[in-house]
Amino acid sequence: MNLTATLPAVVPARPAQGYWRSVLGRLVRDKVAMFCAFMLLAIVLIAIFAPWLAPYDPAAASMLKRLQPIGTEGHLLGTDELGRDLMTRLMYGGRLSLVMGIGPVVLAFVIGSLLGVTAGFAGGMVNTSIMRTVDVFYAFPSVLLAIAISGALGAGLVNALVSLTIVFIPPIVRVAESVTTQVRSLDYVEAARASGAGNAVIIRLHVLPNVVGPIFVYATGLVSVSLILASGLSFLGLGVKPPLAEWGLMLNTLRAAIYSNPWVAALPGLMIFTVSICCNLLSDGLRQAMDVTR
Amino acid sequence: MSAAPLVEVRDLAVSFSRGGQSIAAVNGVSFDLAAGEVMGVLGESGSGKSVTLRALLRLLPEHRTRIGGSVRVDGHDVLALRGRALDDYRGAVTSMIFQEPMLSFDPVFTIGRQIAESVKRHTGVDDKAARARALEMLDRVRIPSPARRLEAYPHEMSGGMRQRAMIALALACRPKLLLADEPTTALDATVQIQILLLLRELQQEFGMAVIFVTHDVGVAAEVSDRLGVMYAGRLVEIGPAVDVIESPSHPYTRGLLSSIVRGDMRGTRIEAIPGAPPDLAALPAGCSFAPRCAHVRPECLASVPPMRAATEDHAARCILVGPLAPA
Amino acid sequence: MTATPILEARQLVKRFPVKGGLLGKARSWVHAVDDVSFAIAAGESLGVVGESGCGKSTTARLLVHLLEPDAGTILLDGRPIGVTNGVPLTQARRQIQMVFQDSFASLNPRLTVEASVAFGPRVHGVSQREATERARSLLARVGLEPDRFAGRYPHELSGGQRQRVNIARALALQPRVVILDEAVSALDKSVEAQVLNLLLDLKAEFGLTYVFISHDLNVVRYMSDRVMVMYLGKIAELGPVASIYDDARHPYTRALLSAMPSMNPRRRTTQAPLAGDPPNPIDPPPGCRFKARCRHAEEVCGQGDIQLYAAGEAHRVACLMDQPRAGHSHSAKAVVP
Repeated sequence: MNLTATLPAVVPARPAQGYWRSVLGRLVRDKVAMFCAFMLLAIVLIAIFAPWLAPYDPAAASMLKRLQPIGTEGHLLGTDELGRDLMTRLMYGGRLSLVMGIGPVVLAFVIGSLLGVTAGFAGGMVNTSIMRTVDVFYAFPSVLLAIAISGALGAGLVNALVSLTIVFIPPIVRVAESVTTQVRSLDYVEAARASGAGNAVIIRLHVLPNVVGPIFVYATGLVSVSLILASGLSFLGLGVKPPLAEWGLMLNTLRAAIYSNPWVAALPGLMIFTVSICCNLLSDGLRQAMDVTR
Repeated sequence: MSAAPLVEVRDLAVSFSRGGQSIAAVNGVSFDLAAGEVMGVLGESGSGKSVTLRALLRLLPEHRTRIGGSVRVDGHDVLALRGRALDDYRGAVTSMIFQEPMLSFDPVFTIGRQIAESVKRHTGVDDKAARARALEMLDRVRIPSPARRLEAYPHEMSGGMRQRAMIALALACRPKLLLADEPTTALDATVQIQILLLLRELQQEFGMAVIFVTHDVGVAAEVSDRLGVMYAGRLVEIGPAVDVIESPSHPYTRGLLSSIVRGDMRGTRIEAIPGAPPDLAALPAGCSFAPRCAHVRPECLASVPPMRAATEDHAARCILVGPLAPA
Repeated sequence: MTATPILEARQLVKRFPVKGGLLGKARSWVHAVDDVSFAIAAGESLGVVGESGCGKSTTARLLVHLLEPDAGTILLDGRPIGVTNGVPLTQARRQIQMVFQDSFASLNPRLTVEASVAFGPRVHGVSQREATERARSLLARVGLEPDRFAGRYPHELSGGQRQRVNIARALALQPRVVILDEAVSALDKSVEAQVLNLLLDLKAEFGLTYVFISHDLNVVRYMSDRVMVMYLGKIAELGPVASIYDDARHPYTRALLSAMPSMNPRRRTTQAPLAGDPPNPIDPPPGCRFKARCRHAEEVCGQGDIQLYAAGEAHRVACLMDQPRAGHSHSAKAVVP
């Protein structure tokens, strides 16, 4: 009998699986990340289905029921300064707030990655001109920049979206550029070049798949910042206008009630906080899950 | 050996937890080392040779490492040392040199200052005496114009000079045991031989014991009195360097030596060992070399073979070798 | 040599600027490869040895056109590459392939092993099906059973297995010349032996020509027909493997050979052949590059460039001691071939 033939294979015979599936597999085992993902999904779904789920009309005011406390019969989370049901408004407010949180990040992710990968891959003068332009924006604190651009463009949902997108492009360009520069000098890119591959193929097959991950992780971390900045713009009257429901705006209008009914006034802030922290923790989990051990 | 050995390692076992798995890096390593003796430890990547060395200086990350067994160095129970006692042990009794000297030095301080600080810390002498010792050490490791080099920063030195400076730092407090973790692997050939000769010379001059870990048989042959061979976290063979290299007993040692190209072998095939080392997260129950061994027998798969003596001071962990070695 | 060499380098020069000063202007230059000429016959293995900074890796990158030379030409079958009326670059790239040292960094972590090997043929217009088929048969040829390994990602393989994939990838374009830049240096000895055996088998099977770059003199001796010794961007000595190992002429080659560990604890090395580290090739002084570390150096060594001189049939040495009437006190003894 040939004993060596009956021994287990030296290399563990694992079934081959795709990279993103293995990332998902590791992410699913991360309890904190999974809890955050579940919370975010619930909040998004509630926001989407607000018209069907909400008990009242978000604009239905009642002078008789102003600033009811939490737990009031018929108004579980109380009412605001115009007597509108707060639970309804939080549900509807999520729609605009989430759009303001995610929208600018998605736009900046696309534009920033494009600029950053171009700068990183091309190098030389192209790199210098893109990166120095970006540095100009980088010199301003993000809050000031958002306020300045919004102020210049005027209040409104679309203008707030545009200003936040501009705020998030520079940091994403920076991350994209540095990751691309790293990948560009790796041997497998050299090997592809030595095989006669052109720049387009190298970028599509060898650079993009290896840089998108890190940029994406960074961008998910920006969602919370965007949400807070958007709320801040609304709070300052530069974002959404009343009577529309938006968490930042609600925080602004309820601040008068901070002494009389602090718990109700804090609720929109609590929502912003919850979404932000869930985004950050999920982004951390994703970062860990994407780290392939050598 | 009549006197108590300087180093006594018994059943040393080290495992790491990673991603829910337990990686058994070292699995029951035992050996003695007399004062002033040089032991080479030969092994390939993942054989546990570096981990064993780090365990002797307690350099492994505490929170995710489990260490078992016992390690005694010059009367210290190394695995039980805590806080201040551990700091006193490191550098004064045992010190270490690495493959990458930049890891030993802080880039923002001069070489001279770092050696002097270490001397002050362990011997309590004043600044002047410490600097004098630093200068003397740089001279001992044959760094040209040592007085000027005292003021140099690590990045200002070439690879070979940095390696010399690291040896000066490690030996500044006259340790009884020097641990060397592949200190010449990253060096060019003509520099490597200089460092090996220097280490041999300083070892004899200071009379210290050395454990020299390497993957290179040639380097091990240059420095070792005794030679241990590690495979999958176990010491599979140990004996006088001449005996291990000239008449290897363990099939792995034999395979390793025959797979090394030397002299004029052109036109002949190299006798390579088939296969690859086992996964340390799922070690086989028996001899870990059995899956690659040409002489494997059913009993090899049942349990880990004990150390058996080939000659009086030469033993191997293989059932095909002579009588059982005394523990 | 009578037949046209398959690959020839003529007076290659490559310099890298050392940035310094406020505006980042180059103030000094690293002479990585300085006036290097050699030819490789079809089916031959040329070994290249030398220490860090000797220019062996830069030479490799010049040969596969990952770097453009500042001066000099590279000829494939006697025709210059990448110029009008010469060999087009894409065709040269197909014929000259390279295996890198770092097996992990040279594989795209997001591509399966099979996709990595099939990539080259795809770029050169081979159909997806045929490229995949070729990749699978090459994987089988380098000892990686395609059914088990084709769908794996680089991090799921060991170093030796990854280097086998890199070899398969280099062979996928059916090249005639393969440049192996420290291709086995990072591997454990027992794995290195397997890969060396494989490389020799592949060479015989596909009729390949190798440029085998390594710092391990034993391995170079085993793999090469001729050996080129480089020092600070220049060729120190070039000749048949037996001449280099048994009758080395250049003091540097002799130092390299005697710096090899003895492998015998009974006969240990007692004296280091050279003192100090190899210097940086930044703005080197004129004359012999080795003179600062050479025990035979004389004033004449610092005057003017030292040309390769025939020290025997096919054996060339860049040392004045081997040139008659060169003015060095040892010159007189040099034999005229």
